[in-house]
This record gives sequence, structure tokens and C-alpha cells, in this order.
Amino acid sequence: MNEVQKLKFYQKGTLTVGNRLIDERERNVQASLDRSNSLTSGHRACQGCGEALGARYAIDAAMRATNRNLIAVNATGCLEVFTTPYPETSWQIPWMHSLFGNAAAVATGVAAAMRVLGRAETRVVAQGGDGGTTDIGFGCLSGMFERNDDVLYICYDNEGYMNTGVQRSSATPPAARTATTPAMGKEAGNVFGTGKFTPKIAVAHEIPYAATASVADLHDLEAKVTKAMGLRGARYIQINVPCPLGWGAASQDTIKLARLAIETGLYPIFEAENGYVTRVRKIRRPTPVAEYLKLQRRFAHLFRDGVEDPRVAKLQAIADRHIKDYGLLEEAA
Amino acid sequence: MLHQIEGSKAMARSIALCRPQVVCAYPITPQTHIVEGVGELVRTGELNDCEFINVESEFAALSVAIGASAAGARAYTATASQGLLFMAEAVYNAAGLGLPIVMTLGNRAIGAPINIWNDHSDAMALRESGWIQLFAESNQEAADLHIVAFRLAEELSVPTMVCVDGFILTHAVERIDVPDQAAVDAFLPPYEPMQSLDPADPISIGAMVGPDAFTEVRYLQYFKQHTALTLIEKFATEFEQRFGRQAGGLLRTYEVEGAETLIVAMGSINGTIKDVIDEMRADGVAIGLVTLIAFRPFPADALRQALARARDVVVIDRAVDVGMGGPLASNIAIALRELPDPPAMHSAIVGLGGRPTSKASLHRLFRQAAIQPWEGPHFLDLNEKVVARELHRRGKTRRVGPAAEGILKELEKERVEKLAERTS
Repeated sequence: MNEVQKLKFYQKGTLTVGNRLIDERERNVQASLDRSNSLTSGHRACQGCGEALGARYAIDAAMRATNRNLIAVNATGCLEVFTTPYPETSWQIPWMHSLFGNAAAVATGVAAAMRVLGRAETRVVAQGGDGGTTDIGFGCLSGMFERNDDVLYICYDNEGYMNTGVQRSSATPPAARTATTPAMGKEAGNVFGTGKFTPKIAVAHEIPYAATASVADLHDLEAKVTKAMGLRGARYIQINVPCPLGWGAASQDTIKLARLAIETGLYPIFEAENGYVTRVRKIRRPTPVAEYLKLQRRFAHLFRDGVEDPRVAKLQAIADRHIKDYGLLEEAA
Repeated sequence: MLHQIEGSKAMARSIALCRPQVVCAYPITPQTHIVEGVGELVRTGELNDCEFINVESEFAALSVAIGASAAGARAYTATASQGLLFMAEAVYNAAGLGLPIVMTLGNRAIGAPINIWNDHSDAMALRESGWIQLFAESNQEAADLHIVAFRLAEELSVPTMVCVDGFILTHAVERIDVPDQAAVDAFLPPYEPMQSLDPADPISIGAMVGPDAFTEVRYLQYFKQHTALTLIEKFATEFEQRFGRQAGGLLRTYEVEGAETLIVAMGSINGTIKDVIDEMRADGVAIGLVTLIAFRPFPADALRQALARARDVVVIDRAVDVGMGGPLASNIAIALRELPDPPAMHSAIVGLGGRPTSKASLHRLFRQAAIQPWEGPHFLDLNEKVVARELHRRGKTRRVGPAAEGILKELEKERVEKLAERTS
């Protein structure tokens, strides 16, 4: 299924493997001694932060793909806050933050400047959290898509406004407890039937490239960023990045949660080119959603007093629908 | 070269002569023909090396300009009215980041009630945003001020807004001298950014700043605007030497010699005021005019000097700060209070939402200031009868309905009554 990842790793409960076991060319960017360390250590991210991990892999891969000729534009959010304040910056690349909702437009401006200044080989990445992308920055994002501006937009999706104190975003899953969808009342947590899956909307713009990725599969993430940087025009990658603080999960469970999000079918991993889904990341055996939910305090009200709330079944139905719609299930050989 | 040309098109031509590299266009309502004029010059090849970007909102328009400017390109956009408010967050951001973007503001009213006509509500709403704000009196000055604005913005790395009265200037066709490229090139050097995003020399721009440094960052902005006071004068002199006509400067005076009454105003209304002053001077009234061009930075010293010897000062505001009065008047009051024997200041709110200002009304206003001064802001040509009837109606019932519709209904009643009077 995955052309880049030729090997399959069957270690129980993990997709990681020692780099020394695989061919040098297939090792990830992070394994390389000359990786650019675009987002260097010493920043203020929480322990187990999925976004910090995702950003480091994504930007280093983009740096390698562009021969270190890259400018990054950042929306307001966790990533912006924990990597600065100046003069303490973790960014080893030209980096700019303007506002919460305009990263895509600012990146358009940077790309336009590079073209007009005759430096089109300098490439542009915009990045933001799900709030800055799917909510307040959505207008600018859609505008950048429809104009097919030469920008790769990376959304680090941790399913809520974590920087401001864990409020609901349009990427927050149903039933999840947030500060603005508390686990109280008749329908505790986030309301079913709300929210949106922005990668699908990106695909609908028929942009050259749109994909989802996960910090549970960093080889795949790097491959997608590399592929995206090989193309011109508007590109979008949404990376599922668990947030220990916002999800109420243990710091060491970040990768496990990201993997369960994939294997339950809750977070479909796919890529699309010019409006068509071209590849999906298959699941061998779907994991019941309860296994994923139980590890997170934001879903604790679904399992109060050892009784499973009927809404767990509704979440399972969502996962099942994803499996069916995206054809996630690996067919038996 | 002289052209018989619409103000917007003349501005487009002079903006093109400044060689902007990234131009963003969003057709906010109300719209002018400025950006589309620039776009046409890009299409016809008269303006080369320019990225013309059709964006999805005014917020994006200025955001794209922010990115372009930070990456080292000369960036331009135009807006008006609601458009300026829609991009308000980015307006402050461009100033805080110190990005020398130039933007035309086709001055219009702000809703509600929705109104597309000229006044200065939009510029006044963002007067504290950190942009330099220059007000054009004529279309010639509007075209010329853009050339000065790019020079000024880039010299200081401060964004600059050229405020041009919507419709009255932007849509008026008149004789305008559009300079030639060589003259503009000699006046305006290529953009040399103070900061830029460059992989060869990576920097972080727009980092979080806490209480430890925020005051100092703001002070630097304040200091730069203060420096602009000198530069605005300097560039105005240089412009006059090169192009043989005035453009910019902090303020201009007209018939101030021995004037007992001085008028202060910004924008195109100065033309009408000059006519009134000519007539009043002919009648032996000692009256003159101070035309304010630079509103931000506010030239308090220059204004004090210009107004010190007057007995009465009438400040014309084309906007109203509804909880306070005239914004220009508030600023001038602060400038005047440092004078040992300050003139009496009279504030007038004039021409809101495009209401035409007649010479007759201005005559009455200027005479009244000397003989029968008023308290607080005077709303020129206010239809007091209609307001009184509407207030009376409001006194009788709670559920009065929307204010604008109420006033319109009263106006219609007035019209019908007048018609009945005439036919009976």
C-alpha cells in the first residue's frame, strides 16, 4: 500500500523500528546526522506534545526536500507560543508569525514575493493548529487553496484550542469534553452531528495535493511532506497530533493514541491529488473505539461507574463509516 | 504628463510608477477603481514585475501584503470603509511588525446604517493603529501623495495610509499631471527592507513579547512616528523641488494673514472652504484656513504655531466619535491647551455619510463661531425637526423599531407635508 515504506514492521504494539534495520535510503530524515534541526530543543512544549514532534519531522523533511531553502509562516497557537519568545527562538529557519487567522494568506504573500524577486526556488510552508486552520483561518485557507498559491499548509490537528485552555474547535470529536463543551448535562461533551473534517474540504478544492498523516507513522509523514514539496501549487497536510494536556492522557501515550486513532478508523490516513483520493493507509484489524477512548479523560464520562455510555456505539459507528467510506480495511490475502 | 482622468485611475498610474511588487485586490463595497486600475496596468504590461493577487477578503488582502513585505517585496493594497474594519487586526499587525506597506483608503462612512458615501469614519476608527495617515485635498495631491508615502514608509519602515475622499475624489474626472517614470525613480529608491525572511540569514519575525519588552516596542513605534514629522516636511520639500508642485507636508495654510477666525479641516472639503473664505474675505471678514495633511503623526507643534494668533478656531470633523464628539477636534483641543492664551475652539461635525456641504451652510457656521459660539459638537445641517419628532415618538413607546427606518419614515412624512402645502 505504501510505496515509500517498502518494509512492514510487525513488532507488537508499535510501528517504530531501529533505523539500523533498514536500508539507508529508507531511513527517516531525523535519523540523518545532517538533519537541519529546524525546530531545535529547549522550547516550552509540554511533555509528550504531539505537535512538537510532528512539526520537527515535517519541517525537517521540508527542509531536506527544498535543499534548506524554506520559509515558514506560523499561525498563533501552541506551536508559535512554545517556540518563542524572542530572542529565545527554537526556529533555525526564517520564520514569521502574524495573526491567528491569516497564516495561509501571509504565506501567499511570501510566495508571491519570492516569485517577483526571482527567488522562486525558496519555498513556503504555513502551519497552524486546528483552531487557526479549520475555524478562524478557514477563509484565508480556502482562498489560498482556490488560487492554487504555491504554499504547503500543515495543520497540526490536536482537536481543540489547547493553547487557550482546551476549548472546542470544529475539529473536536463528538462527546469530547472541552472547556466549552463540559462533561455535564444531558448530552455531556461535544455535540454529535457538528464539526468538520477539513482534509475532505481541501480535496474538494481540487488542489494538487491533500493528505492526512499521523505522528504514529513518521516515515509516512516525512514521505508525504517530501512528496508535497516536490509539487507546486496549493498543498495541504493535516497531521493528527495527540495533546496530553487537552486530551487528559499520559505523556507517554501520545504515539499510542495516534496509532489507535488510525487503527480504530477514527482518523483516516489518506492522500489525494487534484481532487481524487489516490491512496489510503490500510488497517489490518480494526481496534474497537473504546480502547482509544478509555485512555483519555476527555471521554471519561462515557465510561462512568464502569458503564459504557450508548454514545460509545455512536462513535464506533463513525469509525465504521470511515472504514467503509475510505476503504480502510486491508483485504485478506 | 497631463491627463483628463478619473482620480482613481490617476492614483493607479502613480502607484504603478512606484513599482509595487505585490498588489492585493479585494472588491469591498464600497469600492474604488484604484486596484483594478493597477491590475489593468499589470495585464497590459505597463507595470512589470508585479504579482497582482485577487484575494477572498480584505483581511487576506492586508495579510498577503504583510507576508510579501516581510519577505522583502514592495507591497500595496487599497480599501475603504467596512473593508478597513474587516482587516483591522492586520492593520495593527503590519504597524506592530514595522512593515512599510502603502494602502489607499477611499474614505467612506461605517455602518450601521449601511452607507457607501464619503466621510472620514473609517480612517478615524483606526487612527490609533500605528499607521501614518496622510489626507489628500485634491486628486493631484492624492496621486502625488502615494509617491511620497512609499518613500516615507520605507525610510522609517512604518506602514502608510493615503486617505482619499471616496467618490468626491476617487470618482471625479479632472486634469491630473501624472509624473514620468524617471522622475519617480529618482525620488523613490528601490525597496531596501530593514528585516526580511531569507533562508541565507534566518530570523524569527513576530515572536511573542511579554511585559518586559512590550512598552519599549511601542515606544519605538511612537518614536518613529515622531521622526516622521520631520521626514514628512523634508520629503514634501524634495517633492516640490523635483516635481514643481506641493504634495504632502504636515499642513498648509490659506489666507491666515491677520485671520481672527481659522478653520481646520482635512481632505477634499478644503476646496469648498477656500471658496467660502474668498467670499468672506471679500466681505472684510478676517478668516483663514489650515489644511491638515498629516493626521498621524499628529503635528501638534505645527498646529499650535499655525493657530496661536487666532481668536476662534473652527474644527471641521468628517466623522463623529459618538461618545465624545469630533475626533479631530479632540486632538486639536489637546494641541491648543498648551498655548498661554488659546483661541476658542468650536467643533463641527460635517458631511456625514456623504451629505453634501454647501457654501451657504459653511458661511453660516463660520460666522456663527465668532458671534454666537456653541457648546460641544455642532452637527452641521442637522434636520432638527425630524430628530425632534423621532425623539418625541421614542418618548411615547418602548418598541420604537430600528432607528434608521424611523428617521427615514419621519423624512418621508416631512416630504409629503411639504408637497401638500405646495399643492393646496
